[in-house]
Amino acid sequence: MGTMTAATLGWKSAIRVTEGRTVPPPGKWQSARVVQIRRETATTKTFRLELAAPADYLAGQHYVLRLTAPDGYTASRSYSVASAPDGSNEIELTVERLPEGEVSSFLHDEVVVGDDLEVRGPIGGWFVWRGDEPALLLGGGSGVVPLMAMLRLAHRMGRADLAHLIVSTRSPEDLYYAAELTQLQAEILYTRRTPEGWLRPAGRLTTADLPASIGEETTAFVCGSSGFSDAATETLLSAGVGNERIRVERFGPTR
Amino acid sequence: MKPTRGFHSRGTRDPRLPPGQYDVGRDWPVLTAEATPTLSTATWTFSIGGLVEQPMKWTWDEIRALPDSTYAGDIHCVTTWSKLGVSFRGVSVDTVLAAARPLASASHVLATSHTGYTTNLPLADVTAGKAWVVWEFEGEPLAREHGGPARLLVPHLYFWKSAKWVSGLQVMDHDEPGFWEQNGYHDRGDPWLEERYQGD
Repeated sequence: MGTMTAATLGWKSAIRVTEGRTVPPPGKWQSARVVQIRRETATTKTFRLELAAPADYLAGQHYVLRLTAPDGYTASRSYSVASAPDGSNEIELTVERLPEGEVSSFLHDEVVVGDDLEVRGPIGGWFVWRGDEPALLLGGGSGVVPLMAMLRLAHRMGRADLAHLIVSTRSPEDLYYAAELTQLQAEILYTRRTPEGWLRPAGRLTTADLPASIGEETTAFVCGSSGFSDAATETLLSAGVGNERIRVERFGPTR
Repeated sequence: MKPTRGFHSRGTRDPRLPPGQYDVGRDWPVLTAEATPTLSTATWTFSIGGLVEQPMKWTWDEIRALPDSTYAGDIHCVTTWSKLGVSFRGVSVDTVLAAARPLASASHVLATSHTGYTTNLPLADVTAGKAWVVWEFEGEPLAREHGGPARLLVPHLYFWKSAKWVSGLQVMDHDEPGFWEQNGYHDRGDPWLEERYQGD
């Protein structure tokens, strides 16, 4: 298959076609009990869920969450797992409340601890970090969520040296996981307004924000809006990181 | 399934929406796994190979000289958004396959992209007026982030089957999982049957 799927026109991307399936199929729909709700920002909450049928998952994978109305109508959305795999029967999903968001506004406005929701997963075999290679993590806004699972995994394994997280956010009020990011030594970039006394002026990600040297074996994980993803990818390319080492997950404007 | 406490449906549902999908309206989310490539139409090609009598390769000018064909209807992404009432223009996959003449043993195709992306489809899902190679969306050139200069369009299946930056079709006598299919997604992907993931 090698030659036929090879990139042409000199474009060499990270897409690699491997032999066979890379991850097991996701499990069936299962019940998930809300055991904790934490506020991250004015518009964001983390929901800790206890799964009836827990499964091993990889940092970066997501679950689908489904709501069912009495008339049988359903609404589903995908949410990245924010917690690191720890062998427990619980996962955390961080959800931004979108103004017209049918699922996110219900989760924010109606759901309380003790409620049962329906989820399915884990899903995805591409935007995942297995903890066995250096990773440069670039997250914009809510795009930090799957990268947080990766950073937490690195620390859980005692390999903080493997994962370097750079988070781009508008202002201090918009930052998810603020205290923990500081504790885990993530780099925080404010694009519009910084906290008082912050050394780096507000502004978008540039090559100056990247580590001085990015090893050949490092994989870059980029997650955020389409605009952030394009800008971060361009920054990585101009810093000499090849396409084939960049994996992207875009959060479209889904409601 | 058991209703979720406190959740109610919002009025009537558009019958064009498959189960589990919602209407994204004017938005068109971009969901790709890699950097967006810049492909020049000066060097762009589209090829058909594998189990065919006549392997074919078209340049940008050559494929655009073929009889054009439009699709007007809906598209459905596995991430649960659908975009209703859209139009694309390009060439029918029937037209390009007719030039290459698949062998009698042909049963599937693997669509390939200039980036290395792949996706697998039964031959029956890209023939009989069901699939296109398109370069226009709503009368405008297809944007780079949506697969421009040209992408595959297979609108009756989930949209990851509609390979962006398409480079060709490999005609095969068996099914072979493509990129997302190796990463947990369904081999066929019919939105009306909710064939989202492996095992559905």
